[in-house]
Amino acid sequence: MGILKKLFMLDISEIKTIEHDVLIVGAGGAGLSSAIEASSHGMSTGIVMKSLLGKAHTVMAEGGMAAALGNVDKRDHWKIHFRDTMRGGKFLNVWRMAELHAQLAPERVRLLEEWGAVFDRTKKGLINQRNFGGHRYPRLAHVGDRTGLEMIRTLQDHGIHQGIETYMECTALDLLKNEKGKVIGIVCMWRETGTFIIFKAKAIIFATGGGGKAWDVTSNSWEYTGDGYALAYEAGAELMDLEFNQFHPTGMMWPLSVKGILVTESVRGEGGILLNSEGTRFMFNYIPERFRSETAETEEEAARWLSGDPSARRPPELLTRDVVARAINEEVKAGRGSKHGGAYLNIATQRSSEDIKKKLPSMYHQFKVLAELDITKESMEVGPTCHYFMGGIRVNADTAMSSVPGLFACGECAAGMHGANRLGGNSLSDLLVFGYLAGKKAAEFAKNNANHSDFDENQVRKIILKATEILNRESGANPYLLHEQLEQNMQMNVGIIRTKDELVKGIDEIENIKEEYKSVKAKGTSQFNPGWHEALGLRNLLITAEAVARAAKFREESRGAHTRSDFPGEQKEWLNYNIISKKGVDGKMQLNKVERPSANPELVRIAESSIEDLENEIIEERK
Amino acid sequence: MTTRKFQIYRGDNKNGELVNFETEVKEGMVVLDAIHKIQAEQANDLAIRWNCKAGKCGSCSMEINGMPKLSCMTRMNEYRKDETIIVTPMKTFPVIKDLVTDVSWNYIQNKRIKPVKLAHECKTENGYVMYQNDVDRVQEFRKCIECYLCQNVCHVLRDHDKKDKFVGPRFMIRVASLEMHPLDTEDRIPELKKEFGSGMCNITKCCTDVCPENINITDNGIIPMKERVVDRFYDPITILGRKIFGKKKKKFPPLSP
Repeated sequence: MGILKKLFMLDISEIKTIEHDVLIVGAGGAGLSSAIEASSHGMSTGIVMKSLLGKAHTVMAEGGMAAALGNVDKRDHWKIHFRDTMRGGKFLNVWRMAELHAQLAPERVRLLEEWGAVFDRTKKGLINQRNFGGHRYPRLAHVGDRTGLEMIRTLQDHGIHQGIETYMECTALDLLKNEKGKVIGIVCMWRETGTFIIFKAKAIIFATGGGGKAWDVTSNSWEYTGDGYALAYEAGAELMDLEFNQFHPTGMMWPLSVKGILVTESVRGEGGILLNSEGTRFMFNYIPERFRSETAETEEEAARWLSGDPSARRPPELLTRDVVARAINEEVKAGRGSKHGGAYLNIATQRSSEDIKKKLPSMYHQFKVLAELDITKESMEVGPTCHYFMGGIRVNADTAMSSVPGLFACGECAAGMHGANRLGGNSLSDLLVFGYLAGKKAAEFAKNNANHSDFDENQVRKIILKATEILNRESGANPYLLHEQLEQNMQMNVGIIRTKDELVKGIDEIENIKEEYKSVKAKGTSQFNPGWHEALGLRNLLITAEAVARAAKFREESRGAHTRSDFPGEQKEWLNYNIISKKGVDGKMQLNKVERPSANPELVRIAESSIEDLENEIIEERK
Repeated sequence: MTTRKFQIYRGDNKNGELVNFETEVKEGMVVLDAIHKIQAEQANDLAIRWNCKAGKCGSCSMEINGMPKLSCMTRMNEYRKDETIIVTPMKTFPVIKDLVTDVSWNYIQNKRIKPVKLAHECKTENGYVMYQNDVDRVQEFRKCIECYLCQNVCHVLRDHDKKDKFVGPRFMIRVASLEMHPLDTEDRIPELKKEFGSGMCNITKCCTDVCPENINITDNGIIPMKERVVDRFYDPITILGRKIFGKKKKKFPPLSP
């Protein structure tokens, strides 16, 4: 049957349509925060999620949320948090976003407590804060090593009483736009039944997370297929900085079946050290110039820091994630890797067994069960694992709106806040701050666009046909195997250390997989069919992977999490540019180097001042 | 690498059967890995829920050789090499397809519980004041990952299907986590007795046995809640005391240590 005839035969009126003022896609920390905020402005708010409520990837976050509360070290201040964030991001962060984040994080964390979160306490009964990589002071509000769970459960239990409609196990397929190019709705599919549903909305917020499932070794779950990037891209939005993929230095290495699962940075925050096969604490050999004056020089000094001596500097294990991940990579390459090709992470010699079980209970449990290893006695084996996308949908810093009117983005799927490298702990606070901001601004936008627009039925028909073809074709490629092919390709050619030759190979291979994808076939019916879901997600993952690989080839320098061995070191001129990917009129991906807007001089001054000057300035300010 | 035998439930709530599979299993694999392998190679449409694969999200609950488990935290080497591993969906909830069950009833129960309401007098300019030893017992309950294995194994829900009478262990400890919150000012004891069915639990501790987070559900959560109900509604001395002296005021932690 011809495609036109098929289009004509599909009766759209049989598909259920639901209207909301604001619709959110994704129910992790960012999605729930934005839903709560939008709803508080009297908006009819709905939230669509691929999994059940409370299962989003936020539950995996362990270490904590960064906010300059100053509960443990009074010297902390938003300016220092901001400075740390910019330095960690190698100054590529959108200045205004890093500013808003550092300023708003404390009140958002306190609000979480108001909504029922029960953080670990200081001796004075306040929210306790722990040390983390790249943060000058103990700054991460936390609950043992399960902070993400606390956050999502709190938002969930608060959110269900705010009149928000939740749509669980519902996959977003593609956006609907009106003739003016404004987003007016989205077509989704119920995973349970395979039936379709149309949401009409005055504003849509994407809080869809990242795309780490494109790599073989990843800390991300099946949900991380870059849906937000791909749907926004298909709708004409701009993607920015996708070359910056954070490889978390400590993923599990063994057994193979759990390779990549996250080992929280809190292990190092609580004093854990990294050793190579020769027993050398190698991080002392990898301290970058920029951080030398703020990092301990000897093991003795690092030990004093751990015991609380304020004059001692931080151990090098707490350098930023990009630095630690590359160091482990170097050690392995030099033949000093651990048994299964990583490094040894040891907390057993640094802390008592009781402390470890109290502060890192889920790590203790995770290793005990999955690796049959007791971390209070033995070293863990760890290595880099794909963890986080700094880049994403390009948004306006103050409104969180993308370049497509009516489409907002927040959390991991939005670009800008973290620059070239994210500091641990800045993600959970990002979700709270920008989730709130996106919710507020989307509500305002919806109020100013009082009426729902009618959608073009043919747009809906095309989306549905594209999805059902995967089930209906006679035969074709196995989606699981295609996905595996993509993972291997990204791991080999678009990994932690990159070169032009490999990236070109990687892009070619993505093109090949895209061709094969055209005939992807899911066996079985439309009811709860993981093969079909896999195939639908794979379209998004391929768009994401292509944008990553092309941007990685474009940026000819090494900055933060993006390392080009053929272009070592940061290049000053590249600091002036973001790389923007967009769908061209010919349907092909177009990449452009776009000049960054000039920064607020006051923010530049803060970020570039020496830590001593800034601390003195804050003391003066507080007098 | 060894070949291992599986029997996996395939079907829906009305019709279904155990289907035989064999797959190669490598060192260190958990049951979820083996099911994924079967799914990728032999049964693309085999329905299963999972997310984190590290025991943190509580999605992959199922029954393995009759025992309620998280499949991501159940190692293959817990079973004999010649043993056929039987994998079935949670029995207490209606099957949607294969290993996926309809757990929506749990979300409805959660919504019935009054949310937290903190005592504003305990708020300082640096936030609320409460001490670690005040929050320890609440934090134990808040470790819950909502895998619903406790709900699945609870006799009241599983064998007697009294979902209209009892909210189940998960929500008993959710109420406990709120009632024991050092700064909470809400009162949920009346509905605990009248609506949530605290009296239905006969303390067989099956829920505690299966909790993957090792929460002491019965001893630390359910029993103290039952005691509060008894104090409020059945103890003549406390009832008399309340009549004479009025409602006992909750004592909040001091604002400085």
